[in-house]
Amino acid sequence: MRLIDVEHNQEVRIVDIRGGRGVTRKLQQLSLMPGDIITVKKKAPLQGPLLVEAHGRSVALGRGVAAKVDVERV
Amino acid sequence: MLRIALIGQPNCGKSTLFNQVAGYKAETGNFPGTTVTFTESKVQILGEKVNLVDLPGTYSLTGSNPAEREVLRYLASHEVDAILNVLDATQLMQGLELTLELLELGKPMVVGVNMMDEAGRLGYRIDGPKLQERLGVPVLPLVARRGRGVQPLFTQALRIANNGQETSRIPYKNPSLEEAIADVAAHFEGMFNGWRPEALAIRLLEDGAQLQAQVEEKIPQLIPDIEEKKERIVENLGKDPLWALSAERHTLAQEFTQEILTRGEERITWQTRLDDLFLHPFWGYVLLLVILWSFFQGVYSVGTTLEGPLLEMFNWLSTQTAQLIGTGSLLADVLVGGIQGIAGGAAIVLPYLIPFLIGMGFLEDVGYLPRVAFLMDALMRRFGLHGKAIVPFILGYGCSVPAVMATRTLQDRRDRFLAATLATMIPCAARVAVIFGLVAYYLGSQAALGIYIYNLVVIAIVGRILSWKFLKETPGLILEVPPYRLPSGRTVFHKAWFRIKEFIIEAWPLLILGSMALELANHFRVSDVLNAILRPITWILGLPSVVGVPLIFGILRKELSLVMLRQALGVFDFSSALTPVQMITFTIFVVFYIPCLATLAALRREFTARDTILIAILSVVIAMIAALVARGFAYFLAPVLSLQG
Repeated sequence: MRLIDVEHNQEVRIVDIRGGRGVTRKLQQLSLMPGDIITVKKKAPLQGPLLVEAHGRSVALGRGVAAKVDVERV
Repeated sequence: MLRIALIGQPNCGKSTLFNQVAGYKAETGNFPGTTVTFTESKVQILGEKVNLVDLPGTYSLTGSNPAEREVLRYLASHEVDAILNVLDATQLMQGLELTLELLELGKPMVVGVNMMDEAGRLGYRIDGPKLQERLGVPVLPLVARRGRGVQPLFTQALRIANNGQETSRIPYKNPSLEEAIADVAAHFEGMFNGWRPEALAIRLLEDGAQLQAQVEEKIPQLIPDIEEKKERIVENLGKDPLWALSAERHTLAQEFTQEILTRGEERITWQTRLDDLFLHPFWGYVLLLVILWSFFQGVYSVGTTLEGPLLEMFNWLSTQTAQLIGTGSLLADVLVGGIQGIAGGAAIVLPYLIPFLIGMGFLEDVGYLPRVAFLMDALMRRFGLHGKAIVPFILGYGCSVPAVMATRTLQDRRDRFLAATLATMIPCAARVAVIFGLVAYYLGSQAALGIYIYNLVVIAIVGRILSWKFLKETPGLILEVPPYRLPSGRTVFHKAWFRIKEFIIEAWPLLILGSMALELANHFRVSDVLNAILRPITWILGLPSVVGVPLIFGILRKELSLVMLRQALGVFDFSSALTPVQMITFTIFVVFYIPCLATLAALRREFTARDTILIAILSVVIAMIAALVARGFAYFLAPVLSLQG
């Protein structure tokens, strides 16, 4: 399942990040790595970004980025 | 003198701590990555003078963007005697990843766990002594915003700096990683450019292209060896060393956090409720408009209330002076120029600049700006804009210089160039004076708001065209959204003062000297020559030819263009010399054309001279087109506008 398909307030675990080096690295720096549990808090309208929370930190992720993050239900 | 470096992740309150000690020299903000340059300050701790350095907030030391590379280089090259690592207690796990990296440097280190009050409100309990035991360095609680725990922390930092007590890193669990580190480290006998062998080995394995170049110079045979080690790690672990090492630190940080942090019952906090409202798919946008509108109205009403009476006073003073000395004499002209320069600062710039900066500071510290980025990303992306360009953009409303520097966080050079080009077109606080002092004052705040919106539309179109030229898929937005925080009046005030002081010291004298120079130029009829040279531009724009000289001076400081315009036109009241359409055309042109000298210098530093010239030329072309189009629009809308004026 891709992160963009996750519904509000659902906890999921990151399985894989299929992005290029830049994206994976940036996500890693914000402490988002495979194995981490994250929650989708908000979705901006009109194909806008997602607001996800992980380890108490909120991060805004563009749809393009979220489409590259594979997750599974916890 | 001892040197202590403050380091932590963006938005962890590091600059707030620095300001507590050094007295408001660093810019703070509830916005990730506010500090892009190093601020060094001499402070007294227990009677001892110490150099305190505020480093830019960095998520990690892997150096994927230029800002991080700079931090790393600094930590390696300068004689940093001790590291003061600030952690955000509400984001302990993420902060610890950086702490683990810092431990690898082996420098004397102390950790301050900041925002203990916020953590308390979230129901977090943190076992400080346990963390201290696990990290092997002193750990102290801190509430930097309220100044709590600052004294003990610095006392401790000073102590370890004096002791020079080295720290030891926490070993990686995977034996093949440790083996590779030991092998590479064995090539270095003692320190290498300030690096301890193991720290250097880890960096070289991770990536460290720049370090590799340094090493290659002295020990060229080591490079193939490192490459081989890297390949072996990929074979053994199925991932490249950078990823393997950071994944291990990530896991370790999680383990530590589980051990030392107990979470109370999870509750719906007011933070969540605020986000439900401010990020709501419909009401979020309504609120965005309401907030921006009130901000505008606030700046407008404060500014216009002051501008009128102040101008009148200075104009009276000018007339009196001229009459006293003799109208038309050289001395009278120069004196009147000086008075008009003072008037420009006091009556046109400051009445708008002060409320603008206080308002911006408030919105920034409260944590609203990243949420604007969240709300606006879909729109900006539709116009071909890079998601991450939002940070330089928002900073651009304050000043173009930090905006240009903030593009360092972009990895791709072309992205950086594009973001910098567009960010310089955002009307900075200096251009606020022109937009408000002229357009808002004479044509009403709606017209000023219109200019801001028009500005964004133009930037969007230019962005679209430029990104066509080097079309590629943009990686999209990845931005930390910090919690809402109630700003302290002191911080907001000091931040505003930081910029106001800059205006008073750097720009105001320029305004005064510029005004005097203009009077001199008028007196000796030099202006006519300059105006004649610029006549093609002013003619196309439908502006009086005397506008030429103020436009030239506007390159020094954008405010100058307006302040000098009054003198160039020879009127005290703009509306008696300019039509509403001309006011709008002039303002649009000033907003877009050549960035000010300080910005050009910043561009030169970040890019090449060629790029800088390219941006300058491009900006004039865009300014011409944008002003002409606006002139056309304004022409048809003029009847409506003059009703308000």
